[in-house]
Amino acid sequence: MADTVHTWVPALQETGKRIPARSGLKKFLRQRSTIAFLMCLPLIVIITSLVIYPAFYSIYLSMLNKAQTRFIGLGNFTFLLSRDVFWMVVQQSAIFALSAVFFKALIGLITAHLINNLPSKGQRKWRGMLLVPWVIPLALSSLGWWWLFDPTHSAFNWILAGLGFNEIPWLSDPYWARFSVILVNVWYGAPFFLIMYLAALKSVPEQLYEAAAIDGANAWQRFIHITLPMMRNIIAITVLFSLIVTFANFDIVQIMTAGGPRNMTHVFATYSFLLGIRSGDLPLGAATSLFMFPILAIAAVFILRGVRKRGREIA
Amino acid sequence: MTSVAISVPKAAGAPRLASLKRNRRWALITSYVFLVIFAIFFLMPPYYMVVTALKSDAEVAHMATNPWIIANGITLDQFKILFTQTDFLIFFKNTAIVTVAVVIITMVVSVLAAFSLGRMRFWGSSILATGIFLTYLVPDTLLFIPLFQIVKAIGLLNSYWGMVLVYPTLTVPFCTWIMIGYFQSIPKELDEAALIDGAGHMQMLLKIFIPVALPGIIAATIFAFTVSWAAFVYPMAFLYSADQQVLTVGTVTSLIRADVYKWGMLMAGALVAAAPPLVIYAFLMDYYIAGLTSGATKG
Repeated sequence: MADTVHTWVPALQETGKRIPARSGLKKFLRQRSTIAFLMCLPLIVIITSLVIYPAFYSIYLSMLNKAQTRFIGLGNFTFLLSRDVFWMVVQQSAIFALSAVFFKALIGLITAHLINNLPSKGQRKWRGMLLVPWVIPLALSSLGWWWLFDPTHSAFNWILAGLGFNEIPWLSDPYWARFSVILVNVWYGAPFFLIMYLAALKSVPEQLYEAAAIDGANAWQRFIHITLPMMRNIIAITVLFSLIVTFANFDIVQIMTAGGPRNMTHVFATYSFLLGIRSGDLPLGAATSLFMFPILAIAAVFILRGVRKRGREIA
Repeated sequence: MTSVAISVPKAAGAPRLASLKRNRRWALITSYVFLVIFAIFFLMPPYYMVVTALKSDAEVAHMATNPWIIANGITLDQFKILFTQTDFLIFFKNTAIVTVAVVIITMVVSVLAAFSLGRMRFWGSSILATGIFLTYLVPDTLLFIPLFQIVKAIGLLNSYWGMVLVYPTLTVPFCTWIMIGYFQSIPKELDEAALIDGAGHMQMLLKIFIPVALPGIIAATIFAFTVSWAAFVYPMAFLYSADQQVLTVGTVTSLIRADVYKWGMLMAGALVAAAPPLVIYAFLMDYYIAGLTSGATKG
């Protein structure tokens, strides 16, 4: 730090400006670290006022009564914990996030390998095609899926009927509705894994595979002993990151089922929206969404560890 | 690795090579077969949306015909209804205004901050960089309730300018994060040379760093654009009248009127609303992917 300041100050004087006697403040403003801090200021203001302050405000808000006139301590939290619906939300959020992330990662890994097998000419075209679900705004594709699942006109049921199967009540049966929202999430999220894994695959040195091929390793052995160890860190980061995003997902469930049937598809986000905005009980909604925090924090710590480790590997 | 090398003896040259070639061909054919299956899964909903949007209402409602094809001829009626009889164009205009404003704010804030954090450093700057990454991990569904109170207190509830205020929380952290990476990858000699030539920090940023880091700036801009175009939670919670509504929420809620869903018109709306991000990806996909995966490829 010190030597950079030294090189900087003479450079300033060389520009020919005479520094006035009362220069304490001006000198301070010209210092490299001050300029750097001022450049960061807009970012700091945005993050403090619109992320950090609301996060703490949310904790305060969750301890008020519905009219926000009285402090009730942990009343909202104990009320939630005593409700069956809330425990169903916890359960469904866990099922939703874990199963969706697992299948997203699996499909992403498979499709990344398939594309990587192709001659490099065709790779770009296939990648672009498989990326489409991720490019369409999720709210709009969820609307498209809803139409595919429509009870009277379902295009899926038309196929099932043609093949001689019974129609499936995609969104009106609680368990099928759970399956449907997870399916849509897998459809939307798998392309993200695809591009991350494809990039990671490309970074594995070709010589490793050549050496293994000469030694007679088959495709599965190459995958287990070269690809997976080389990609372990990026897989971990991507999975944890997706876990956060999936756990906090709102669009799919809100549009396709709005939490129904019988509250069976509610996740934390839609349930807190229902309580906080729709029913107008902001403190209770804030309390509900705060339950996401510990899970997200744990995932965040592990991601940060992975990113740092990766940073050291690069350096 | 080593255990494989030891346990499998090396085979003789010529026949082995031929079998390798045959294996490769089979691998290629299997890859194509499975890719086609996955492509059908991934492209089926958008395909069905297009097909529905191009049908007449009568055909959409008719349950006997194959829903996956257009049997009675292509019609653009659904788009005509969408543009003339609904508020869709108002939603489109609102989203465009919000997105442009958010992209400009995001890029100015994050480029300045990333330059400062990536190249200059000051007391606490490395903690701040980590903090920015952490705020990126805070989801909008955790913040929308306290932000509802804040937006209401400022008087921007049910105004799309409220969206301009809150969307940067979704875009700024990640854009700053990827720009830090791009700025750090630029050789140190460049700014030393600029300093010797007597350039100020602002000149350095504008004349050297922004042009050199242009791929990163394009990637960050696309990210900011996509996120604000597709944002759903905040407008769903903060906007309720049609003249202030944005595309995502407007299409999903306001276009659905009466008891009968006008699916053809809804799908037409969803497609037009999804078109701008799709067009941008079609042209700039490579920049965006490079920006997103830069962490993955460097390892």
